[in-house]
Amino acid sequence: MGSVGAKEVPVLLSPEGLRIDGRKLDELRPIRIRAGPLHQADGSAFVEWGANKVMAAVYGPREVHPRHLQQNNKAVIQCRYNMAAFSVDERKRPGLDRRSQEISKVIAEAFESVVFAEEYPRTSIDVYIEVLQANAGTRCAGLVAASVALADAGIPMADLLPAVAVGKIDGKIALDLKKEEDNFGEADLPMALVPQSGRLVLLQMEGHMTPEELSRSLDLGVAGCKVIYEKMKQALRDRYATTELPGGSA
Amino acid sequence: MSQGHRSGHRSRGRGESSPPPARDRVLVLPGEEIPGSALRPGAGTYRLGGKVYASVLGLLEPKPPFVTVIPLSGRYIPKAGDTVIGIVTDCQTTFWLLDIAAPRWAPLHVTGSPWKVEVGETDRYLRVGQAVVVRVESLEATGRIGVTMLGDGLGKLEEGTIVSVSPARIPRVVGRNGSMVRSITAHTGSQIAVGQNGRIWIGGSPEAIQRTREALRMIDEQGQHRGLTARVESYLSSTDRPGDRGPERVPVESAHRDAVPHELPPLPAEPDAGGPDGPGADDAAEY
Repeated sequence: MGSVGAKEVPVLLSPEGLRIDGRKLDELRPIRIRAGPLHQADGSAFVEWGANKVMAAVYGPREVHPRHLQQNNKAVIQCRYNMAAFSVDERKRPGLDRRSQEISKVIAEAFESVVFAEEYPRTSIDVYIEVLQANAGTRCAGLVAASVALADAGIPMADLLPAVAVGKIDGKIALDLKKEEDNFGEADLPMALVPQSGRLVLLQMEGHMTPEELSRSLDLGVAGCKVIYEKMKQALRDRYATTELPGGSA
Repeated sequence: MSQGHRSGHRSRGRGESSPPPARDRVLVLPGEEIPGSALRPGAGTYRLGGKVYASVLGLLEPKPPFVTVIPLSGRYIPKAGDTVIGIVTDCQTTFWLLDIAAPRWAPLHVTGSPWKVEVGETDRYLRVGQAVVVRVESLEATGRIGVTMLGDGLGKLEEGTIVSVSPARIPRVVGRNGSMVRSITAHTGSQIAVGQNGRIWIGGSPEAIQRTREALRMIDEQGQHRGLTARVESYLSSTDRPGDRGPERVPVESAHRDAVPHELPPLPAEPDAGGPDGPGADDAAEY
């Protein structure tokens, strides 16, 4: 895809092995997570990850709409991933498209494997992910935000779900691609990890990798997920830990 | 005032992350291993490969032989005997559906109402959007929640305002032996009825309602902090006016409020006010 358009392929790796934003190959972009920014939702989270900005809101468990989706033995998890029209340089045509439907589906399925949906039969857990600013890796950022929002909403689940993408740029495996690296790189491999069991519950790939590269990528991605996992936990602790009120007593 | 405390809330996310003192109960997150668990997994936990993990965000609470996690967030999970405030969402021929902020809507059958309702005439007594105080009677495995409007302090809400707080905050709203509710009503002159589902009814003058709302919002937003009672007390004192002390006596029976604050007080209005041709409260005796 790198040949499409008139743009020149940028230099993705400097001679010293640094990336266009100065990162090393195994380095994440800066991540900031805030739990509970929305008051209306049962749970919410805001994630800033490099130049990505993603808001997630969780409602439920609540009555299922539309009714026919209701399951008698468990809650259904409905997810909507949406990119704002202003989230990218060239205006994104608003609304559902193939890409956002696919991402909604894989994220909902990732959560189905960790959320204890059987505890709330005949209900729906609705997850909304709104990408406000996009710079590659928004499905991972959205998943991380949604996972923190689910915990904030008090939904029972096996674990939080950190996610990250690994890619290949200039023939080298690199963690957490940014937009230029994604556009002009050779491969992109987003994944979501259940840290407690080591299982991957989301894994997609675009581009080409050798089996050796794939295996190294998975190791790198799992290591990245563990870093993100700690940040997710810290965000929830910051919101819920008991603290002393300034000037308060007892 | 309201400005000041809002900005305080905003800074909370990033600023105060100092570890809690030792006497606090331990905060656990989903997926966190509960150490040294010789105890069996109870509510809010699960077992995998011989280890016990938390499944919800909450505080660790050993209840031998179980270890449990008390959730700090989330929707109201109904318990039999709870008094809750519901909003009518649908009128069927023999029952109403109530939104009680739980995972499911709760059907209120006409036999659980104080009126003698003809089949198909439910909407003459309660319409969509109206608020009622009901008691949770039964919980079925299917998730169905049975509620009743027959009982002390139950019935239709005719006036006042309803605010919502997180159900996990209800113990803080009530305070030890009702101290928080008592303090708020004494300072503002409002009346408060607390539903276990996080909905709180406030009656009184518009100003009293406004100050009560503000105090409740402080509790909702800062409930995890220690020293909250003092903080709310100082907010209420700072906005007190000389004439405000002590509940101003609002007309009629609505001023009953020496009831245990934990319980919902009797309703401000006559229960039969809802029936169009006045099938009275005395009909309740028939059921």
